[in-house]
Amino acid sequence: MNNVMAISGIVVKELYRRKDFYVLFVLTALITLLLGSVSFFNDAKIVRYLKEVCLLLIWISSLVIAIGTAARQIPAERESRTIFPLLAKPVTRGQFIMGKFLGCWLACGVALAVFYLFFGVVSESRGGRNASSAELSSAAATVGTEAANQVDDHDHAGDGIEHHDEHAVLGHRSVVMNYVQALWLHWMMLGVVTAMVLLGSVVLSAPSVSVTISFIGIVGILLLGEHLNKVALRQPQPLQAILYTGYFLIPHLEWFDIRDRVIYDQPPIPFADGGLATLYAIAYTGLFLFLTWFVFRRKALTL
Amino acid sequence: MSVILKTEKLRVEYASRELSSGIKVALNGLDLEVRAGEVFGFLGPNGAGKTTTMNVLLGFVHATSGEARLFGVDVREPIARQRIGYLPELTYYYKFLTAEELLRFYARIFGIAREEADRRIDALLKLVELEHARSRSIKTYSKGMQQRVGLAQALINNPDLLILDEPTSGLDPLGRMKVREIIQRLKSEGKTVFFSSHELGEAETVCDRVAIISQGELKAQGKVSDLVAQYQCDLERLFLKLIGYQPQGAS
Repeated sequence: MNNVMAISGIVVKELYRRKDFYVLFVLTALITLLLGSVSFFNDAKIVRYLKEVCLLLIWISSLVIAIGTAARQIPAERESRTIFPLLAKPVTRGQFIMGKFLGCWLACGVALAVFYLFFGVVSESRGGRNASSAELSSAAATVGTEAANQVDDHDHAGDGIEHHDEHAVLGHRSVVMNYVQALWLHWMMLGVVTAMVLLGSVVLSAPSVSVTISFIGIVGILLLGEHLNKVALRQPQPLQAILYTGYFLIPHLEWFDIRDRVIYDQPPIPFADGGLATLYAIAYTGLFLFLTWFVFRRKALTL
Repeated sequence: MSVILKTEKLRVEYASRELSSGIKVALNGLDLEVRAGEVFGFLGPNGAGKTTTMNVLLGFVHATSGEARLFGVDVREPIARQRIGYLPELTYYYKFLTAEELLRFYARIFGIAREEADRRIDALLKLVELEHARSRSIKTYSKGMQQRVGLAQALINNPDLLILDEPTSGLDPLGRMKVREIIQRLKSEGKTVFFSSHELGEAETVCDRVAIISQGELKAQGKVSDLVAQYQCDLERLFLKLIGYQPQGAS
């Protein structure tokens, strides 16, 4: 464990000494602050759009950090040959893989914490909960829940989002819980992504190839993964079977995306569901790390 | 003297990248023995199999057949590397770290306690004359300085066996002399040094014993004086003879 921690420490150190994270953070901050400072069409619900844009930027930035960091770890170590003095020490290849994974994942966690803190500060400074919900909370306090529900139905009519009665009176604690859950599940998802990218990086040895293919694969899963079964239904055999197999084999990263709950102030997800999602992430992360070790354990490293 | 590095009938085959070439034999039945406390020179021309042997000893490449042992432990076991220090031919270190951070990282890998690590880092930076640059990142170092920080990292665990891959390669005469002095000093402290080189003068100066390898096969092994007496020529001629070099015009 000592070796794993030492290697992960180097990964974290490398990330904060490079400029990638700072550039992405400044870009996210600039775009969000710029959008937040403009009042579009005097829309009272501007905070909702602000949250949406900010969270989207956080997702993109975190994926760039996770994929960029993980994909170059092993190929860059081989290319710059820093792997040789390291593996000439009593370090197993399994510890090397685990150290790299842990370092990337912790680095992503630190980056995410900074991003979400910024997100929380920005959205709270612009009114916190959506204007509609805030109004509803006050209405509920005065005329009761029934009246609030009617206002809620009217207020959200036509926006295409499914709403429940309890959303109207979402308290501050629930809002914070939503943020924490979003951050946690996002981090778990990045664990799967990091392990998956590490696997790709031991198969594809060039860092640039590894980054490009990993990015396409992960964005593909995020955008199309949940629709794969529907697409499969319309295909003839054996394509249908292949697509179905793919649907059940790929990690469904979209399940970790609870941005809508944060944006629309929906109540937090039950802890059991969060726990299951965490187990799902651990299972896939473990599987990808095992496969990475299996491919890498006998790989000849030549000077 | 006990044998601390031993290879027996070591064979390494590579699948050639050219389809027509089939399998390439990098090492063919290599038998080596390095005894405790000696400076052992591993000599051979480029492509002879010196680096492949080192790769096997350090666990980077697995042998196709045969055995390699360090301190009696199979080299595939990570514990075999607990008592060795390794200096690669070129400097391959994390350029974003300072010399002190790099040494601290490797000290942590060996599980050295913090106070002891501090003490060793100070002593090693003094030994390799890098005290003044300890807090500068390695990317700002000259080649000679990088080679010296490499030597410091190889010594961080106070190893019993040092494996040096062409330690003076690319260094100026002063740098070479400093490395030689350090090797001599380590020898006087009872350390075993195994180093590859094609600098015959260097081998003659510092080595107790040498092995000459060519095309993956061991050609000779023993004390320099014994080999020279046996073949009745100087080390350079002996080396050329053993690797099969034919001077132009020779019949």
